[in-house]
Amino acid sequence: MSKWDRRRVMKGMVKGVGVTVALPFLDYFLNGNGTALASGAPMPERFGTWGYGLGGTRKLFVPQQTGPNYDLPEELASWAPIRDDVNLFTNGHAIRDASPNGNHFTGWVVSRTGIAPESGSGPSETIDLTVAKQIGGATRFTNLTATATADARDTYSYYNASTPNAPEWSPLAFYQRLFGLDFQNPNADEFQQDPRVIARRSVLSGIMDQERSLMETVGVADRERLDQYFTGLRQLERQFEQRLTKPEPIASCMPPGEAPVDVAMDQSTDSIKLRHQMMAELMAMAVACDQTRVFNMTYSAAFSSTIKPGYEKPHHTCTHEEPVDEALGYQLNASYFTRRAMESWVDFVEVFKKIPEGDGTLLDNVLILGTTDVGNARTHSIDGMSVFLAGRAGGKVKSGNHIDLNGGSVAQVGYTALRLMGVDTPSWGTLSNECSEVISDVLV
Amino acid sequence: MSLDMGRSTPRFKQCFTSAFHRAVMGLLALCALTGCSPSDPEPTSSGTQLLTKLITAEQYSNSLAYIFGPSIDTQVQFTPIVRNEGLLANSLATAGVSVGQVQTIQGIAATVASQVMDIEQRQYLVACRPESIDGPDEACATQFVSKVGRLLFRRALIDDEIAVFVEQASAAAEELAGEELNGEELDGFYAGLEVVLEGLLIHPEVLFIIESAEPDPSNPEQLRLDGYSLASRLSFFLWNASPDDELLAAAESGELLTRDGIERAVDRMLESPRLVDGMRAFFDDMFVFNEIKTLVKDATIYPGFTTVTALDAQEQTLRTIIDHTLNKDKDYRDLFTSRSTFMSPALAIVYGVPAQPGWASYTFAEDSPRAGLLTQVSFLALTSHPGRSSVTLRGMALREQFLCQTVPQPPPGIDFSVLTNPDANYPTQRQRVAAHLETPSCAGCHRITDPIGLSLEQFDGAGGYRLTENEATIDATGALDGFEFDGAIGLGEALRQNPELPRCLVQRVYSYATGGPPEIEARPTLNYFNEEFAAQGYQLRNLLRTIVLSKAFSLIQNSPSEERLLAAASSD
Repeated sequence: MSKWDRRRVMKGMVKGVGVTVALPFLDYFLNGNGTALASGAPMPERFGTWGYGLGGTRKLFVPQQTGPNYDLPEELASWAPIRDDVNLFTNGHAIRDASPNGNHFTGWVVSRTGIAPESGSGPSETIDLTVAKQIGGATRFTNLTATATADARDTYSYYNASTPNAPEWSPLAFYQRLFGLDFQNPNADEFQQDPRVIARRSVLSGIMDQERSLMETVGVADRERLDQYFTGLRQLERQFEQRLTKPEPIASCMPPGEAPVDVAMDQSTDSIKLRHQMMAELMAMAVACDQTRVFNMTYSAAFSSTIKPGYEKPHHTCTHEEPVDEALGYQLNASYFTRRAMESWVDFVEVFKKIPEGDGTLLDNVLILGTTDVGNARTHSIDGMSVFLAGRAGGKVKSGNHIDLNGGSVAQVGYTALRLMGVDTPSWGTLSNECSEVISDVLV
Repeated sequence: MSLDMGRSTPRFKQCFTSAFHRAVMGLLALCALTGCSPSDPEPTSSGTQLLTKLITAEQYSNSLAYIFGPSIDTQVQFTPIVRNEGLLANSLATAGVSVGQVQTIQGIAATVASQVMDIEQRQYLVACRPESIDGPDEACATQFVSKVGRLLFRRALIDDEIAVFVEQASAAAEELAGEELNGEELDGFYAGLEVVLEGLLIHPEVLFIIESAEPDPSNPEQLRLDGYSLASRLSFFLWNASPDDELLAAAESGELLTRDGIERAVDRMLESPRLVDGMRAFFDDMFVFNEIKTLVKDATIYPGFTTVTALDAQEQTLRTIIDHTLNKDKDYRDLFTSRSTFMSPALAIVYGVPAQPGWASYTFAEDSPRAGLLTQVSFLALTSHPGRSSVTLRGMALREQFLCQTVPQPPPGIDFSVLTNPDANYPTQRQRVAAHLETPSCAGCHRITDPIGLSLEQFDGAGGYRLTENEATIDATGALDGFEFDGAIGLGEALRQNPELPRCLVQRVYSYATGGPPEIEARPTLNYFNEEFAAQGYQLRNLLRTIVLSKAFSLIQNSPSEERLLAAASSD
């Protein structure tokens, strides 16, 4: 199985961009102290999310100590190389008030919207898309969304209850979308303009002229759906415009020169890890190349169907049915799945950390919110939940702390992230999840 | 107007046409005055809602294949939508299009347009020849835009609309003539038309099926679908594609809105081979085959089950259904007991039968443990985990998919630790799921699912036959709504006898046809369809005919947003 051959890709990278690949961020791109672009504009801020299913085993997951240099319990042992880059929040609640507890749903929805969903109702706009409205407009993609599960339904990003933000699930298709024919390498010597783009834009504007008359033919709810479609067209128009201008060079942008080969469709932890790694690398490079400033990755769905080959119970079934090991006092296989998920979270953070940017790394200029759907895997409780926040958001965040939320709403972390990303809202969430104060422990 | 007339043979009609017409016209006149319908067995219905539906990827692709021919590659994937009351189709009227989706569709549109304008293809696909390929040609562009636009928009374009697109094509032709792209010089005329075609392919009226209504002349207080919208409803339902040229012509001339006209159109559609596309799409939705795309098994536990097996399992069931219901016009209920099916080499491995190359018809022997759709790999494998079977998933799927019942979700906040069996070494599923029935909060639902699933336990998680699990003999006794039996054959027979089985099909077909779950007011209409279905021997084609020719199918409810249509009509 030939998969993601790093050497081949590196070779491809060099071939792809020719001579302009050099040391990260050449001086001429930057101001004197490496914190901003030469034009005076600060480094762009970027926001991402990462999601996985089924929390963990509380006693193996929650560190004893709070604050910096916290201990790493067994299920978080893999975090060692990134512990200081991540703020870990534990003991948060997804407070449902009068709403029902939607299994595998309420937990992540509160973490990402601040609102406990009503019965039969989908999530409202998730945090990534709220942030995208603030910072996503200037790039080729307003946001990028991918899943490592090979299932296009596995997303934690929603425009509204009836419009999920569908993820890319094939590394090859993701590569083609990002770095295929339409990609304009900011560091290319030559800038080639597709002569058809101007004509396309003019046809598009003709279609958009019909917005008003079309709106009159439908009812209120359908008007919202059409409006959303026209928003898509406006973003398309922006993309066309961008393709008419030569992009500014970006030293840290080193796109892969060769398309990846897709991984087998199966749900084994190994295939998912590999698919996750491939898509994470593509995603981080797309961020480095300023193709998007908002990104989402699904490692596993809330009803995680990840399997351990040869073991008959997939992750979710396992949390219900596996007996607690009498000697160890926990579910051995359920914990196996959590550990694999945490290893991929580490992979995700490290991908950003490995890309140099300015006088630091890309991770310094991003903020990544990691969420799950339950606290303790075996009981599926939506209290005692964890939330992660990786990166330093352009120097605004102090990372490397373990913070006990003391039973407060998990939405506090989301609200803090929103404010850090410049979304100037006095509060976020509803009822008991409504938050109006940022968690100051993580601010510089 | 009598539906019996609808069932009359062409010859009968020929003999009695004029007498019949006179009688009908008289009846019509009488009914217009009194609002009565003395001989109509269909109960009064206010119809369904006027919808704006998102086109599906398959419908988009099928429509393009009709317009441009099957050689155009339209690899289309749209955002998956959620299942609502048993069908994905019920969500098309509420699903939105995300920003990312618009970008994806633009990419598809660009690929399709460039194939159509390819130097080979355009000889056939652009019917006229421009005076010069280097510049604009309004006449030829007008011809192309009006022809293709009509098929894509499912209505004739008005002159102003055509003029805008032609103007854009001309402007682009001038701009692009002689420009270079990837080292090749562009032909102005075709390059201009290509950009316009791209625009047409992402047009909101192509991606959204926007229904519109008009007052019903026989009852001006009541709305009905207009001709074009009726054509689209018929065509997306029966063919899973946009209306063809002939159907659009019937809509344009007004013929489709006459009794004879719609009967002619419907009979043509029901006899067309394209009906297979439509019904495959319907059963694909009803049988939850969207899950096949992601169906994988643990290769260490079921090494014989591959991606090919999953796709073939879906194909086997669809072939079985189409052959049974459309080719042989057999009783729908017999699908659950029939031993006739089709076999492929990949499936032969799982079924343990001799393999032949390609697809071949296959009949399970009388003493085989397999008969009916419940014993096919598609159902058995989809309702299992990657590494083992699931009695609960199987029972739940049978109730939800074939009997239109809703099995509630597990109650919130259960402490699942009570379910954790201290001894994980129970050899069979029967012993493992016994815990469900011991816990009152679980027993309520598991009692209606597990006894069904237990009777299918002689089929493993990949659909293979077995007599033992972990060396213990499997007890395959089970029960369904008062019937008790031993094994899958008995379950199939019990399901076939269940009066909810055909009623569920009727409900699903009607929802699928009209775009949403039936409202409570539709109950009398559904009862009428059920009676007709039974009277006609549970034959699918007859059911389709009854539904599409019913008033309920084409009448539109007067809701506040549609009142304006009536108001506008009365002020004319």
